[in-house]
Amino acid sequence: MGSTFSAENRDQVVEAVAWAAAEEQPLEILGRGSKRALGRPVQAAHSLDLSKLSGITLYEPEELVLSARAGTPLAEIEAALDAENQMMAFEPADLAPLLGTETGNGSIGGMLACNLSGPRRIKAGAARDHFLGVESASGRGEVFKSGGRVVKNVTGYDLCKLLCGSYGTLAVMTDVTLKVLPRPQKTYTVLLLGLDDATAVKAMSRALGSPHEVAGAAHLPAALAAGSEVSYVAAAGGAVTALRLEGPGPSVEYRCAALRRELADLGETEELHSQNSLTFWRELRDVRPFWTGSDRAVWRLSVAPSLGPEVVASIAEGEAFYDWGGGLVWLALSADGDAGAARIRDVLQPLGGHATLIRAPAEVRAAEAVFQPQDPAMAALQARVKEGFDPHRILNPGRMYAGL
Amino acid sequence: MQMPEPDQAIIDAKRDIVAALQAIVPGEGVIVDEDELRAYETDGLTAYKQLPLIVVLPETTEQVSRILKCCRERGVKVVPRGAGTSLSGGALPLADGIILGLGKFNRVLEIDLENRCAVVQPGVTNLGVTKAVEADGFYYAPDPSSQIACTIGGNVAENSGGVHCLKYGLTTNNLLGLEMVLMDGTILRVGGKHLDAEGYDLLGLMTGSEGLLGVVTEVTVRLLRKPETARAVLLGFETAEQAGDTVAAIIAAGIIPGGMEMMDKPAIHAAEDFVQAGYPLDVEALLIVELDGPQAEVDHLLAEVSRIAEEHGAITSRVSESEEERLSFWAGRKAAFPAVGRISPDYYCMDGTIPRAQLPLVLRRMREMSEKYGLRVANVFHAGDGNLHPLILYDANKPGELEAAEDFGSDILKLCVEVGGVLTGEHGVGVEKRDLMGEMFSEIDLKQQQRVKCAFDPEALLNPGKVFPQLHRCAELGRMHISGGKLPFPDLPRF
Repeated sequence: MGSTFSAENRDQVVEAVAWAAAEEQPLEILGRGSKRALGRPVQAAHSLDLSKLSGITLYEPEELVLSARAGTPLAEIEAALDAENQMMAFEPADLAPLLGTETGNGSIGGMLACNLSGPRRIKAGAARDHFLGVESASGRGEVFKSGGRVVKNVTGYDLCKLLCGSYGTLAVMTDVTLKVLPRPQKTYTVLLLGLDDATAVKAMSRALGSPHEVAGAAHLPAALAAGSEVSYVAAAGGAVTALRLEGPGPSVEYRCAALRRELADLGETEELHSQNSLTFWRELRDVRPFWTGSDRAVWRLSVAPSLGPEVVASIAEGEAFYDWGGGLVWLALSADGDAGAARIRDVLQPLGGHATLIRAPAEVRAAEAVFQPQDPAMAALQARVKEGFDPHRILNPGRMYAGL
Repeated sequence: MQMPEPDQAIIDAKRDIVAALQAIVPGEGVIVDEDELRAYETDGLTAYKQLPLIVVLPETTEQVSRILKCCRERGVKVVPRGAGTSLSGGALPLADGIILGLGKFNRVLEIDLENRCAVVQPGVTNLGVTKAVEADGFYYAPDPSSQIACTIGGNVAENSGGVHCLKYGLTTNNLLGLEMVLMDGTILRVGGKHLDAEGYDLLGLMTGSEGLLGVVTEVTVRLLRKPETARAVLLGFETAEQAGDTVAAIIAAGIIPGGMEMMDKPAIHAAEDFVQAGYPLDVEALLIVELDGPQAEVDHLLAEVSRIAEEHGAITSRVSESEEERLSFWAGRKAAFPAVGRISPDYYCMDGTIPRAQLPLVLRRMREMSEKYGLRVANVFHAGDGNLHPLILYDANKPGELEAAEDFGSDILKLCVEVGGVLTGEHGVGVEKRDLMGEMFSEIDLKQQQRVKCAFDPEALLNPGKVFPQLHRCAELGRMHISGGKLPFPDLPRF
């Protein structure tokens, strides 16, 4: 019978990890557990819960920096940022409704451990680009720090990058520092109506290659657009391609008009203003189109943007929509058998990119590679990196790859 | 500054090593003559010089792989080198090591505007990438001041920044993929044209690893569309505090300028004497704030910035009315280093980063140190992101001045760490700040970093003597000491 260790401070984290290392007992590392259903199921009798390791420890808005303990709820951080009109510019998703867990319950540490970034990724960067500093306990039970609280820092290896997206398999983060940014004054969205996938991706490429600083470029086919809460999108009666513009009022108005003019050859355009824009991009960020039909598997594919439609056409199964100008494909299909794994991997093999199985029954996530399989040389290097942090493989073993 | 003790057996085996390398890189790609080796004896940190054993200039990834494999088999150390513009001695040679020069990897392999990226070889210059795509209206955002000479490979190794990185990020934020070769000859690809490659983020780890983990042989960079317009405003202040407060207020107002630079009085005067940029001479601090983007936005924000500056006591304010005038504002800043070079026989450029609010304190302490060491200091400062470049003026021909300048420099960097900052913002640790790493990191921190190194290069043959003050053997780092044996878990709360 396993135990849950609930750490209230860094010393207790170290104590728990040191014990696990000494006993060679695997530990499941939990922030607040909201993304427990993401990744491969961890085989660990014991777990280390960080939800009491909570609280914002430093927030200096004019320095654009915020530090918090790893278990701090994202909601608490977002509220503090809201009060100062700032944000995490990489737009972290709340995947809880997609994964069927309680919404608004993720932690800052868990968010960084998964490096999940929303639609603004293409302009502002990913979570990893905003992760300035960390203190953590390695699988050796030693506390180490990397980075700092300043944006410009090349002192030593950037271990923040390694920990971001490591799904808790290298070290247990206890304290993190993020770069934050001002919230845009205005958000408009230009809608292009009725485009097929390939034309839509070309249109998004034109917009992203324009000087208009597009901060979101997504395409929903007709059936998925129809499910939007934004009436303009739902009532469009066809596919909707959306281009987000953010900034000071006069700039957004000017760019919105310019973009509509420049893309007029593609047919009808429409525009969404602030509230509708915010709702629409939140839906995309949180993968709302696939909240329903929870028996279906959901994949997240990252590919060269121009290849998005080709990848979807070649897989030729399920339903898909596009973010990141075509480079991010969300795909829902039957969870039967391998949930489409073999087919998706085959399609990506010659084209490059990777696919992650975001939602599927635990037995499918245990049996199939959830993350893109790596070639042997890369897998061997990654295993050596893991060895350097967690020689006994006690931290979230198998969460990313079997044996890692 | 001590480098690792040269291995006499390697030096004695030079002829054999040369023969082995010539079998891999035929023709003139292997340099052994002392006169020719001389060109590689130093980098941008010219205070340190060392002739390398051999220089090899491969042309293909396969050659790089064979060279590294060959060196590993023989236990020969390897120092990778791009254009040799490092300001921290990152490419300083070793007496018993080869220099692996990537200068012949100088081709732009692919421009893919549809996916807004370019695939280039590491020896392409930073500016060369922008030149290749500017006719189509695109550019590569990171712009270190040495961009005309420094290479993309070197930028990856150092995670180079530039004056526009507040808004557009450093090298690490502008890369999509790499091809690299490990010390054992393994060729690996990380990332590609897609975002956020899975698995551990080796792209992020490699960036800024200072040539200690692998040799980069191909780089995929993000391209951005050139902003519609850019305008700058010159703001003069009677105190550095006012300038610092203005910077904080601009950011608090939600404005992230394309560039925001500060210069102190000695730097202003040196620059103005050199390039006649039109800087005001009766101010203690000068800010150059550049806004870029759509015309409507730039005009709007310039008005905001001017208003904020006025509220914070700016005594001069001049907005660029033409592209020529904007460039002249920057000419003084970009020429600050050579300008200081004109008023002093030698200067030593530092590179700490501090939380911005600490600027007045740091400037005051620096003035005190300047008096203590009897050496002048001029300051240029990436004000938006807190990256300081104090230039310490000295004369290497005067006995003791170089040492005094070095001590002054370390005191400045220790001060940066003391106020919550870091040793280096964009120039790298190299040999220069290696022995100061203990100011910022504990022994455990440094050992953890070295365990990462062990995963890539267990024999520590790649660029040894850089970054880490003390090299531990990987076998020793791998050991785990568990005190008291296997204990039952003590009294953590459980539920």
